Amino acid sequence: MALLSKKDTKLITDPLLDNNPITIQVLGICSALAITAQLKASIVMALSVMAVLAIGNVVISLMRNIIPSKIRIIVQLVVVAALVIIVDQVLKAFSYELSKTLSVFVGLIITNCIIMGRFEAFALANGPWKSFLDGIGNAAGYGLILVIVGFFRELLGSGTLLGFKVLGDPIEKTGLYALGYENNGFMLLSPMALIVVGIIIWVQRSRNEALIEDH
Amino acid sequence: MGLKSNLHNLKEKYKGTKMAPAFNALHTFLYLPNDTTHNGTHIKAADDLKRTMNTVIMAMIPCLIFGMFNAGYQHFSALGTPVDFLSWDAFYIGLIKILPLVVVSYGVGLGIEFIFATIKNHEVEEGYLVTGMLVPLIVPIDIPLWMLAVAVTFGVVIGKEVFGGTGMNILNPALTIRAFLFFAYPTWMSGDKVWIHGAVERTKEIAAGANIDAISGETILGSLAQGHHIDYSISDMFFGFIPGSVGETSTFLIILGALFLIFTKIGSWRIMLSAVVGALTMGLIFNGVVSSGWITETSKFYTLMSTEFWHHLIIGGFAFGVVFMATDPVTASQTNKGKWIYGFLIGFLSIMIRVFNPAYPEGVMLAILLMNVFAPTIDHYIIKGNVKKRMKRLKVKTA
Repeated sequence: MALLSKKDTKLITDPLLDNNPITIQVLGICSALAITAQLKASIVMALSVMAVLAIGNVVISLMRNIIPSKIRIIVQLVVVAALVIIVDQVLKAFSYELSKTLSVFVGLIITNCIIMGRFEAFALANGPWKSFLDGIGNAAGYGLILVIVGFFRELLGSGTLLGFKVLGDPIEKTGLYALGYENNGFMLLSPMALIVVGIIIWVQRSRNEALIEDH
Repeated sequence: MGLKSNLHNLKEKYKGTKMAPAFNALHTFLYLPNDTTHNGTHIKAADDLKRTMNTVIMAMIPCLIFGMFNAGYQHFSALGTPVDFLSWDAFYIGLIKILPLVVVSYGVGLGIEFIFATIKNHEVEEGYLVTGMLVPLIVPIDIPLWMLAVAVTFGVVIGKEVFGGTGMNILNPALTIRAFLFFAYPTWMSGDKVWIHGAVERTKEIAAGANIDAISGETILGSLAQGHHIDYSISDMFFGFIPGSVGETSTFLIILGALFLIFTKIGSWRIMLSAVVGALTMGLIFNGVVSSGWITETSKFYTLMSTEFWHHLIIGGFAFGVVFMATDPVTASQTNKGKWIYGFLIGFLSIMIRVFNPAYPEGVMLAILLMNVFAPTIDHYIIKGNVKKRMKRLKVKTA
C-alpha cells in the first residue's frame, strides 16, 4: 500500500500549483513582500509557517467537535498564538541573528491569513491526519513562492545566494562585476517583491487557462 | 521594384502567419496601406496615432539636438578647456554619447512591442515611438547602456504591456523607466558625477592613482539641496547651458515645443498652465515661510526654500516633465476640469518633493507618477459631480 492515498497526495500537491495560497488565493502577501529580500530569511519563514500551520491544523482538528462555533475564532487565535510564541522562542534561542532579520514578522504569523483560512476551511471539518497533510501542503505552497521570490530578489538585488557571492565580488570587481554589472537596488525594496509575485501569477495563469477568472 | 512593393509583397507572403503583424507595422509605418475601407461612412482624419506620435517627436527634436551640443559643452567646460557652444567638438561628444542611448531605447522598446504583437497576434502599436524618444532625453548622459536596456524592458513590459498595451497603461512608460533606473541604480541616476560626460571615469582614474583634477558635475537642484549657492545666470538656466539630464536643460526650447504642441492641439494647455500655476503657488508658499522667518538659515531646507519661486520653473526637469510627460493623453485626466486639478497638483507636489526631500531632487518625476495613479479618481468624481448636477436640473424641470 502506498504511503498516501491518491486523495491525500492531492492535499499536498494541490496547494503547490493550481491552488497556491499566494498566487491563486492571494493570501499571506504581507510577509511575502516583507521578508523575501534574502533567500535564507524566506526559507526560515516558510519553515516556521509550516510548523505552525501543520501543528495548528492538527490541534484544531482534534478539538473540532468540542469548540462551540460562537467562540471558535478566539480558540483558533489562542492556538496560533501559542504556536507562534514557541516558534519565535526557538528561533531566538538557536539563530538569534536571523530572528533579528525577521523581526516582527515571526510574531505576525498570527495574522497570516493562510493560517486562519486553513483552520476555518479545512481543519474544522476534517480529521487530524488529513488536516496535517493539508497544513503541510499549504505551507509548502506558500514557502515555494517565498523561496522563488527570495531567490530572485537576493540574486539580483545583492548578487548573493544564501550569503554566497555567486556573481563575484562587487567591491573587488570580480566575476560579472568586472564587466560593469551592478546590483539592482530596486530588488531590495518591497515594491519589487510585489512585481515578482505578479510575474509569477502571470506565468502561472498563462500556462493554465483554467485559472483565468471571467470578468 | 521599390521598397514599398517589396514590403507589400512580404506582407502578402506572411499574411495569416505569426509574423504578419510585424510586417504590417513596417509597411504602414512607412507608407499608406494599400487597402482602404469600401463601404459605410467613415470619418476621415489625417491625425491618426502615428501622426500624433510623430508630432510630439518633432517637438522634442530641438531638445535632443541642443542636448548633444550641451553635452560636449559641459564636458569641455568641466575639463577646463571650454569650447564654443555651437562647435563640432561639442556636438561630436554629444553625438557619440547620445546616439547610442537613442538606438538602445528604440531597439529594445520596439523589439518588445514586436514580440508582444507576434505572441498576442495583434497589430504593432505605435505607442513606443514617443516613449523611445523621451527616454534618452531624461537620463544622465553617462548611464551604462545595459542598464538602459534593462529599464526599458521593465518599463515596457510591466508599465505597459501587462495592462494591455498602448492606451491602457496607468503610468507613463517613460517615467516608469526613469523611476526604475532611479531606484535600481541610484549611483548612476543622482549625485554630482553622472550629469557631465567623463566625470565618473575621471573619479575612477583618480581612485586608481592618476594625478588629475576631479570633475564635479552637479545639477543646480543637487547643489541647492546641499546648501551650496549656484553661479549660473538666469539666462544660462533659461536657455539651458547647465548640467542635467540630456534633453531637459533648455527651458527655452521646451517652451517652443510646448507652443508647437498647443498649436497642433496635441498637448493640453490646461495641464501645462495649471502645473505652472501649481508650482508657482508652492514656490510662493515656501518663499513666504522664509520671509516670515519661520525657518532659520541653518535648516537644511533653507537654500531650496529661499530659491525665488519662479526659478523653480527653469531649473531641473520641471519644464520638460510638465510639457512632454504630464500631458500624455493616456495617463492624464480626461475631463477638462480634471485636467486643471491634475496639472495643478503635479506642479504643487513637484516643488514640495523637491524642497522637502533633497534625496529626490527630481520631484517632477514622482509627482507625475503619483498623479497618473490618481487621474482616473479625479475623472470619476468630476463625472459624478456632473451627473448629479444634471439630475438636479432634470428634477427641477419635471417637478
